[in-house]
Amino acid sequence: MTTKLTIMAEMQKIADEQAKKLAPLSDDLVLLDSGLDSLCFAVLVARLEDKLGLDPFTAADDVSFPVTLGDFVKVYERADA
Amino acid sequence: MLARADDAGSLRNWLIAADRGRHLHGLDASVTLADLAHGTSLGSRLPELAGRSVLVAAGDQLTAALALIELDGVARRLILCAPDLAVEHLPAVIADAEIDAIVTSGQLDASELGVRLHAVCHPAIAPMPEQPAGRQATEWVMFTSGTTGAPKMVVHTLAGLTGAIRRNAAHDGPVVWGTFYDIRRYGGLQIFFRAIIDGGSLVLSDANEAVADHLMRLGRHGVTHVSGTPSHWRRVTMSPSARAMKPRYVRLSGEIADQAILDHLASVYPDARIGHAYASTEAGVGFEVNDGLAGFPASMIGRLPSGVDMKVEQGTLCIRSNRTALRYVGGAEAALADAEGFVDTGDIVELRGGRYYFIGRSNGVINVGGLKVHPEEVEAVINLHPQVRMSLVRARRNPITGALVVADVVLRDEGVAGAGEVEQEILRLCRAGLTRHKVPSAIRFVPALAVATSGKLARSPA
Repeated sequence: MTTKLTIMAEMQKIADEQAKKLAPLSDDLVLLDSGLDSLCFAVLVARLEDKLGLDPFTAADDVSFPVTLGDFVKVYERADA
Repeated sequence: MLARADDAGSLRNWLIAADRGRHLHGLDASVTLADLAHGTSLGSRLPELAGRSVLVAAGDQLTAALALIELDGVARRLILCAPDLAVEHLPAVIADAEIDAIVTSGQLDASELGVRLHAVCHPAIAPMPEQPAGRQATEWVMFTSGTTGAPKMVVHTLAGLTGAIRRNAAHDGPVVWGTFYDIRRYGGLQIFFRAIIDGGSLVLSDANEAVADHLMRLGRHGVTHVSGTPSHWRRVTMSPSARAMKPRYVRLSGEIADQAILDHLASVYPDARIGHAYASTEAGVGFEVNDGLAGFPASMIGRLPSGVDMKVEQGTLCIRSNRTALRYVGGAEAALADAEGFVDTGDIVELRGGRYYFIGRSNGVINVGGLKVHPEEVEAVINLHPQVRMSLVRARRNPITGALVVADVVLRDEGVAGAGEVEQEILRLCRAGLTRHKVPSAIRFVPALAVATSGKLARSPA
């Protein structure tokens, strides 16, 4: 599974667990409008660390949290490169 | 505040009329208590130790027990060395507690510690050649059970330490105590005193003994009363030898006794009375709960018939009684009690339906995005699952919320098929019983959890 698909699958799973309604996922979706709150994103980052073996937000000091889903995916793809 | 009456006498006095059927059982040796009334385990050294500040640093619990009986009423101060005290802390301990004599079982080379008087104690009792002169009220110094940093020492009196023990209570036949605690800890020391003062025997634990062997030994000695932490007891219930002993009384203390462990012990030992006690090294013995339920009735807040006062302040249980420690040793520590004599236990309680429940420690809180989580309250929910033996909830650092809650879980049946299903069931329980930020973001199944020498789950500092 590509990084992008992994991220999208985890987002769906967390939305189900947390009883949140997830907005349709697209690259330009603003994360704050996705239906997930900060606790959901905290869980997402932790799960992705387990799945992908990396946490780009803790690994580097200068990574600011991305605004859109597309940016979020890029942070992981870049960290994995 | 109640006067601290020194009515306990010295420990040795309790043995003068001791029945010859009463013993202290170590792993490899046993001592008949009556022999100690007029005998000594210190060779001819006891008179030299009179009036001194003595560190009891025995390699095993039986030797430590003998030294305590010998030295109470003789030494000015007894410092009961915790079993896991790191050697590098000894010089500071010796300085702070003004130690001028050491009693060991011969396992420790005391020559380099700068203490000139070193006596060796051993479980062979010889007639006492010379009674030590005079008798004094000995200060008892114990280490608190905090796990990190330099050890803290508190001062107790024998009267305070034994204040919760009924003398010569009516029992249903001879009492043989067993404890999973080390008697050099507050919880274990209480059991040692109960055996000495209330007329029983005691089977000591040994750190090098396997759980199953210990249970068989407890069974062979016919233990009737057994005490330990909930973690100790969870380990017992994991052993196929749990029924090698048939206690009439099962006692839990030192950690939160949740409903799951109380119910489980009731099913393993259907004929036993099961109670949990609240005590801490600083606050002393607070109270016992014997109705089979977790927590304690809200009606206990205020003055108890035992003379213990309890209040809840900012969610924390505070206790005042003549069983609390007198003070810390060393100048750097804050006052142990507030102006009214109440000791802040650091244990957070919550009132639900007329009962207070312990939910965790004030210094063990996990902070999830500014919201507090007590690991113990999450563990209590996880432990409700019938497949769960024990659990440890801890923080996992997180770049968004600072921390998240994760859980390590030990299942009853190792390698149980369908662990994934159990995981989902546990998470459903958590979501039903806890607010969102308290629900573990991950559950890891582990074969075992570490239990510290204090008998409590090993928690890394939050």
